[in-house]
Amino acid sequence: MMINLENVTIARGGNIVLRNISLAIRPGEFIGVLGPNGAGKTTLFRAILGLQPIGSGTISVFGAAPTSGSPAIGYMPQTRAGQSGQSLCGFDVLANAATGHHFGLPLISPAIKTEVTAALKAVDAESLAARPLAALSGGQRQRLLLAAALLGAPKLLLLDEPLISLDPAAQASIIALIHRLQQTHGLTVLFAAHDINPLLGVMDRVLYLSGGNAALGTVDDIITTQTLSKLYNADIEVLRAAGRIFVLSDRPDHHHACGHDHA
Amino acid sequence: MTMLSYDFMRHAFAAAGIVAVLSGFVGYFLVLRGQAFAGHALSHVGFAGATGAVLIGASPLVGMLAVTTIGGVLMGALGEKLAERDIAIGVILTMSLGLGLLFLHFFTAYATQATALLFGDVLGVSLATIYSLLALSLITLVILGTISRPLLFASISPELAEAKGVNLRAYSFIFLGLVGLTTAACAQIVGVLLVFALMVGPAATSQRLTTRVTPGLILAAGIALAEAWSGIALSYATDWPASFWIATLSGSIYLAASALK
Repeated sequence: MMINLENVTIARGGNIVLRNISLAIRPGEFIGVLGPNGAGKTTLFRAILGLQPIGSGTISVFGAAPTSGSPAIGYMPQTRAGQSGQSLCGFDVLANAATGHHFGLPLISPAIKTEVTAALKAVDAESLAARPLAALSGGQRQRLLLAAALLGAPKLLLLDEPLISLDPAAQASIIALIHRLQQTHGLTVLFAAHDINPLLGVMDRVLYLSGGNAALGTVDDIITTQTLSKLYNADIEVLRAAGRIFVLSDRPDHHHACGHDHA
Repeated sequence: MTMLSYDFMRHAFAAAGIVAVLSGFVGYFLVLRGQAFAGHALSHVGFAGATGAVLIGASPLVGMLAVTTIGGVLMGALGEKLAERDIAIGVILTMSLGLGLLFLHFFTAYATQATALLFGDVLGVSLATIYSLLALSLITLVILGTISRPLLFASISPELAEAKGVNLRAYSFIFLGLVGLTTAACAQIVGVLLVFALMVGPAATSQRLTTRVTPGLILAAGIALAEAWSGIALSYATDWPASFWIATLSGSIYLAASALK
């Protein structure tokens, strides 16, 4: 197993985020991680990265307890506003990401240059490398973040909401790119998203988190009126139309959180 | 007589040169991290330290160093809770300046001392001070050079850096400690009120002009050096204060660089 959780409970700031979760993810799987805001997607990723202490249970990644700094895991954090370094060019940001965990001056060796160039090529972002981050669109920035996640040849990618604030065309191109990388590099991918529809053609299984609970399985098994109602502990209705899935609840405030189609 | 035939002018160029290079490098990271205001506040904390030291008969440089370094480390240790909050920083800045004023009040004889602390006294730098500044700069630059790669990582990609095992909090307080040291050195040249001129202006100008890291660092130090030395030369030529010229050059060159882009 690539990732194994047994009876894992994680609390943050006095609230239980994940309660008694058990799941197993196989090497090479593409897992869509879905659920409303605050359901624990980022917390789960941080636990797999070894950054989030676990209340009880065991997590194993590559057959061992997670430790921070593992080069075998590529991480793409959620983008947020007000990030520093917007005046720097993508190439230098990536070169720093490749070497930043070591002491020393921020000089770029030929080996690092080769590695960064390869990562940029893998995400079709060679033309973006010379431009400052501030001049890039959301989709272009996501490509650079993805390139940063690929540095160090990881076997597992944890992608935290790569589709956030992207238009449908940019979403489709990022998903196609990640899917291609997963196939060519034999990667295991955990892809957190708000909306299930863009991922329908590419993911092997879906991990749905809500209210401290988790359900892992095929889309047909998990995204059903019965399973989601149980997970949310509320009346949820799943409708399928025109090749899309619509998750509806009685309460309007739930509606958005359940991952309805934004398009 | 040329201006370099005077001891005080040679001292001024030496001291300003050392501090400018240090300020350029440290300021580059300060601007990149968006902590310019925190650096400014540290200089005001330093003012209270310097006047307090004078009051008890100690050296103002030592008093300032102690207080800015401790202040920087504390600010860094509090992390995002303090170092990036305008209001908390503003409150500390104001209280420090008030405290410094109180210390001066008890030490009434030295109005010139106050002016020197607030606005700098580059033409009055002694040889002993130059050696102190040199030692201070070397220590700071060696530490900065050692941590510059992870510091940059923690500054521009914090979540990723954390995932790769970089301790964000540790770099935050080590760096603000270095800012404290640099602030104290910088205040010897341009005074606590004008440390922005050497720490923020050149670094911000450099980041307007280049998107590359290493050239940006060298450019920031180069601009700071050019502005500091030009300021002293202009002061010699006009008999106006050097700090005025350095602050004016720093501000107008930044504005010109911004207009260029």
